[in-house]
Amino acid sequence: MRYPFPVGAVDFIQGDEAIARAAILAGCRFYAGYPITPASEIFEAMSIYMPLVDGVSIQMEDEIGSIAAVIGASWAGAKSMTATSGPGFSLMMENLGYAIMTETPLVLVNVQRSGPSTGQPTLAAQGDLMQAIWGTHGDHSLIVLTPATVQEAFDMTIKAFNLAEKYRTPVILLTDAEVGHMRERVYAPHPDELELIYRKLPANEEEANYPFGDIHGDLVPPMPVFGKGHHTYVTGLTHDEKGRPKTVQSEIHEKLIKRIVEKIEKNKKDIVDYEAYELEDAEIVIISFGIVARSAMRAVKELRKKGIKAGLLKLNVLWPFDFELIERIAERVEKIYVVEMNLGQLYHMVKEGANGKAPVELIPKIGGEIHTPKEIIERIKDNLRWG
Amino acid sequence: MYLKSSYEIRDKYLRKDMLPTIFCPGCGIGAVLQYTLRAIDDLGLNQDEVVWVSGIGCSSRVPGYVNFDGLHTTHGRALAFATGIKMANPDLKVIAFMGDGDAAAIGGNHLIHAIRRNLDITVILINNFTYGMTGGQVAPTTPKGLRGTTAPYGSFENPFDIAELAVAAGANYVARWSVFNYLQGINSIKKALQKEGFTLVEFLSPCPISFGRRNKLKTAPELIKWYQKLSVPISKAKEMSPEELKGKVIIGEFIDRDRPSLVKEYEAYKKRAKKAMRWEE
Repeated sequence: MRYPFPVGAVDFIQGDEAIARAAILAGCRFYAGYPITPASEIFEAMSIYMPLVDGVSIQMEDEIGSIAAVIGASWAGAKSMTATSGPGFSLMMENLGYAIMTETPLVLVNVQRSGPSTGQPTLAAQGDLMQAIWGTHGDHSLIVLTPATVQEAFDMTIKAFNLAEKYRTPVILLTDAEVGHMRERVYAPHPDELELIYRKLPANEEEANYPFGDIHGDLVPPMPVFGKGHHTYVTGLTHDEKGRPKTVQSEIHEKLIKRIVEKIEKNKKDIVDYEAYELEDAEIVIISFGIVARSAMRAVKELRKKGIKAGLLKLNVLWPFDFELIERIAERVEKIYVVEMNLGQLYHMVKEGANGKAPVELIPKIGGEIHTPKEIIERIKDNLRWG
Repeated sequence: MYLKSSYEIRDKYLRKDMLPTIFCPGCGIGAVLQYTLRAIDDLGLNQDEVVWVSGIGCSSRVPGYVNFDGLHTTHGRALAFATGIKMANPDLKVIAFMGDGDAAAIGGNHLIHAIRRNLDITVILINNFTYGMTGGQVAPTTPKGLRGTTAPYGSFENPFDIAELAVAAGANYVARWSVFNYLQGINSIKKALQKEGFTLVEFLSPCPISFGRRNKLKTAPELIKWYQKLSVPISKAKEMSPEELKGKVIIGEFIDRDRPSLVKEYEAYKKRAKKAMRWEE
């Protein structure tokens, strides 16, 4: 197969472009979107690539329609993706819930900008973390990945498709304007180097009759795509294992929603990913994610030079969240700092994880600029000085 | 036309384990569903290759009752979901079953843009002038002065004419009938299903429980008689003055044309892309 960009090669590209290329390599053949800064470049790259690889890229009337089309395409058998930023992400919450409820694999990229509302369209922020996890109504779970570099944006896009297909769930790639618009060196693997996962299809008619039942005991039902003669009925209403609406039976609702939550929670070990830097003997630990984790990394290096035993936990997956990992770290350190580009969102999850075993302090920043390493160092040093 | 018994149609196409339906006595949705199934049956469409899509509302429950692939989606969004299904697998025939509130209010933007793109789809639109499922609130189709629970003193807004809207937005085929016009209805659906691009067949459909009851039209027969009084065939309407047409509903075929469909256009676009990049001659 021919690709409209170099594969098995190094290139110098934007994060947004890297996400588009990785999606094509992951087998994505349907993209629907709506223009929005700073995610438009993903759409524009997809618009160039898709017709060349016999895929579809279509501009919808809004972000509600974009994610709807993506869900429809997924049920028609295509690996599908959309990308947006804050205002569009808010519009997508409705059908993100539909995708969770109907267990539809898809990848939703949020290139974060400052909000609320129109905010700062061209500047980076990390203010959509809680929305990514909890933005759609009702009890639910999903997967949220977050890259800090253009290479990670590339690699995590492929991972996002693999996880979406493996667990029959929407996966959010939560990045930001900085990673999206920055150009960096990226290695795009040759397709032969990639391990791609495709959704489990029903092995026989009996399996196809239970598109929402845990028939393999792994909490992930095979997905009978449309047009294969299975006559599958898919609804956002509470449904039984066969997909029939059952809206007033509490036990059916509980069973369905618990399975949807547990299929993520019980596979936490497989999904969760992080980078630990100088954690072994650290007395002070910074927990961070995305672009600002790179500032935090630099801060840790500088603090070490000054003889301060600092370490970094860079989270690559924000949901499911490894609360136990945070507690294990809290048990052996003096203090945890959470560095994030918002007024405190990851902070609350870390605090819950730390479970009182170590004090947790927030180093927030908003306004579109990334924390400088100096700002992080000064704050930590001030605290050491004044106790 | 030879009509098969409705039992034969029921046994062939309905999911027995999903019956009875949620529809109230006197509701017109069942009749329109029967017309649609008869059209599919007459055309001999492959049941495995037809996908039914819907949004939210009484008529949107239809895909659950028919033995086909079906996607029962969110309120108003059926046509956006359908865009993904059709474009990802153009071999599938897609039917959207929608209500007037679903299609013309919350889904109004998706409706006009799906039509503008000339998405290959057949929309069966149940127009009962009200929000039936939620208990009879006014809809964007409620005739001015008629009552709903959210305009208890009579609607003060102008209603949409969905068929005219569809024509203006660029649909390939648009027809409107009342449930009473069953032969014309079946024939229109058959015509719509055979065409490429966007096709829409609207049915005036009785909702005695939520709509009629509040408007001195308590039973389905009363509503159907009212439709007969309201409707003017399109041929006759052409000879009538705007004053004479005031408060009337035009029925018949509004448009039948063959503009290139979205699937066709995208196929050509892919070729254009490959040529532009010199991948193909």
